Amino acid sequence: MLSIQHIVKQYAKHRALDDVSMDIAKGSIFGLLGPNGAGKTSLIRIINQITAPDSGDVFFNGEKLNPSHIAKIGYLPEERGLYKKMEIGEQVLYLAQLKGLSKAEATKRIKYWFEKMEMQGWWNKKVEDLSKGMQQKVQFVATILHEPELIILDEPFSGFDPVNAEIITQEILELNQKGATIIFSTHRMESVEQLCDSIALINKSHKILDGKVSDIKNSYRNNTFHIEFTGQFPAEKVDLFTIVLNQKPQEIQIKIAEGKTPNDVLNFLLPQIQIQQLSEVIPSINDIFIQKVSN
Amino acid sequence: MNKVLLIIQREYLTRVKKKSFLLMTFLVPALIIAMYALIAYLSVNGADKATEVHVYDDSGIFTSEFKNTETVSFSAGKTSFAAAKKEAATNEDGFILHIPKDIEQLSKVELYSKKKVGLSALSTINAQLEEILRNKQLKDAGIDAKTLATIKPDISIDSKELTAEGEKDSSAGAAYAIGFAAAILIYMSLFIYGSQVMRGVIEEKTSRIVEVVISSVKPFQLMMGKIIGIGLVGLTQFTLWIVLSTTLVGTAGKILLKDNPTSVKTEQVEGKQNKAIAEASNNPALTVINAVKTLNLPYIFACFLVYFLGGYLIYSALFAAVGSAVDNETETQQFMLPITLPLLFTYIMSFSFIINNPDSSLSFWLSIIPFTSPIAMMVRLPFGVPDWQLALSMFLLIGGFILTTWIAAKIYRVGILMYGKKASYKELAKWLFYKE
Repeated sequence: MLSIQHIVKQYAKHRALDDVSMDIAKGSIFGLLGPNGAGKTSLIRIINQITAPDSGDVFFNGEKLNPSHIAKIGYLPEERGLYKKMEIGEQVLYLAQLKGLSKAEATKRIKYWFEKMEMQGWWNKKVEDLSKGMQQKVQFVATILHEPELIILDEPFSGFDPVNAEIITQEILELNQKGATIIFSTHRMESVEQLCDSIALINKSHKILDGKVSDIKNSYRNNTFHIEFTGQFPAEKVDLFTIVLNQKPQEIQIKIAEGKTPNDVLNFLLPQIQIQQLSEVIPSINDIFIQKVSN
Repeated sequence: MNKVLLIIQREYLTRVKKKSFLLMTFLVPALIIAMYALIAYLSVNGADKATEVHVYDDSGIFTSEFKNTETVSFSAGKTSFAAAKKEAATNEDGFILHIPKDIEQLSKVELYSKKKVGLSALSTINAQLEEILRNKQLKDAGIDAKTLATIKPDISIDSKELTAEGEKDSSAGAAYAIGFAAAILIYMSLFIYGSQVMRGVIEEKTSRIVEVVISSVKPFQLMMGKIIGIGLVGLTQFTLWIVLSTTLVGTAGKILLKDNPTSVKTEQVEGKQNKAIAEASNNPALTVINAVKTLNLPYIFACFLVYFLGGYLIYSALFAAVGSAVDNETETQQFMLPITLPLLFTYIMSFSFIINNPDSSLSFWLSIIPFTSPIAMMVRLPFGVPDWQLALSMFLLIGGFILTTWIAAKIYRVGILMYGKKASYKELAKWLFYKE
């Protein structure tokens, strides 16, 4: 769907993106992660053709990015904005027409979405009369109205209460099922785990990690296990396991030594303590993020 | 292109639909009419009561010769001068004019009053004193009144311009007025509509909608759409003002014309009594109308449109660049100077210099340089400008517009995406050379 190859973007003194490459598969939900100021917004702006890279290329469905692709992309920027004094209906209509929809078609779709998102009766309201969450909803509709093949959402949940966040989540999933590819930039790691198939992690202008969420998580497994038990836990046995975390009285985390299996450990432990639960600790995206970025 | 039209449409409609636009459209002509009405009213009813002057003429030359005017009425003093003087210290109205016996040697009279004497009353009294005294002295020298009446040279200068088509009546006064009005109008509208462009850019930048919009259109398209849209608002406003004013003035004119015959009659009656008024009755309004007719108004109006548009395009592009470089309106001050300075300079020069020396070389250069020509040329135009100068000036105006728009667009496309960074002139210069 989208192939980003060796992008370099230099601002006066600051290099925002340095040789960044990634591929985004058609129909995927792709998480673009990274701390503040890492270069995510710069990359998103390049995909949106707001700015151009100094070197490197972006391919959209195999074609080099060009202005005809603008109508196929929907972009919800992190910093939301609408014309304060304009009426909602008129405003969404204007933005949709800028994306190339005819007036009649745009009107029809706005009515459909306003109904779907429980926004009936907002048409003649002004933006300044809406709450922040309501404005976000308007902007979300404006982003997807032209049925883009690629939807770029920068922090789509900020400003939403849990109920509305859930509505938006469902809409995103539905759009994805209908075939839209979604790039999703956020700091909320739990929504990344919930939604994303693949991620890329950008830090200090470099891509430091990318791949399928499940693959990444698997590769970050390090033989750590969580055990709940009763009794007196025995001391470390370096050739079998080391204790990673021991904060609560009846819970412990251990790391099994290279070449040993959980069964080996169980054989050793069973005579000494009562085991209630043993499970592998799979690192969360959050952990991986922190680990990679703080290195 | 289609998208630029959409942007123009939005910029235009949101502004024209505003209540403030409607208010300005009707208020300004109404204010102009009201101002004229007030002046007319004051000139008719303003002089509430004639100043009473009690004359104590020890010389015996004057008393019977004074003529009452609208503002001053003369009467011979009833009591003795000394008594009247005492009384005047307590009496509110009335002046006491004391003419000494040896006025011809002294050339001095005294005027007593409780109030301060108004300037117009004073000059009326002075003029009459001088005329009466001169008449008397001429008579003494052996020239009789009849001869005197015939010797009254009254010369009016009828200025004619020599053009290819032959003589043409010209009127410096009317040219003066038209140039004056056009220059003020252009000066004000450049600021009004230019800063509307600037505010629009700041609004889009601070509300961050600009990012959504320029993911659909190029920054240059957005900037030009805004500039053209607001320019059209300006043209609409001008057209409405002109239409409204002319209809209002036309109606007012008709109403005034109905009253006219009587007023002319009274003028004639008074004219027999008073020469000064008779002179004024050469209907001044008619003179102005005739003088204005000597100017080629459609030509001047067409040039006005060209210079308004040219000037507007040049300056609004700069205003847009300033708007894009700042985060809010208070920060614009530091960048406003280069925009305000040439405009203010030309404006001041127009009224202190160009209008009095429309053909000097300084005036020529000011009306050629694109940053100053919209105002300077409008001042010169009613006095007559050679075609080649006009052509050169307009050509450079277009060149100036292309240059400033190019520069402004470069600053604009970087500026609108820069948040929270205070830009300096150095920074702006750097933006010019950024790749896209």
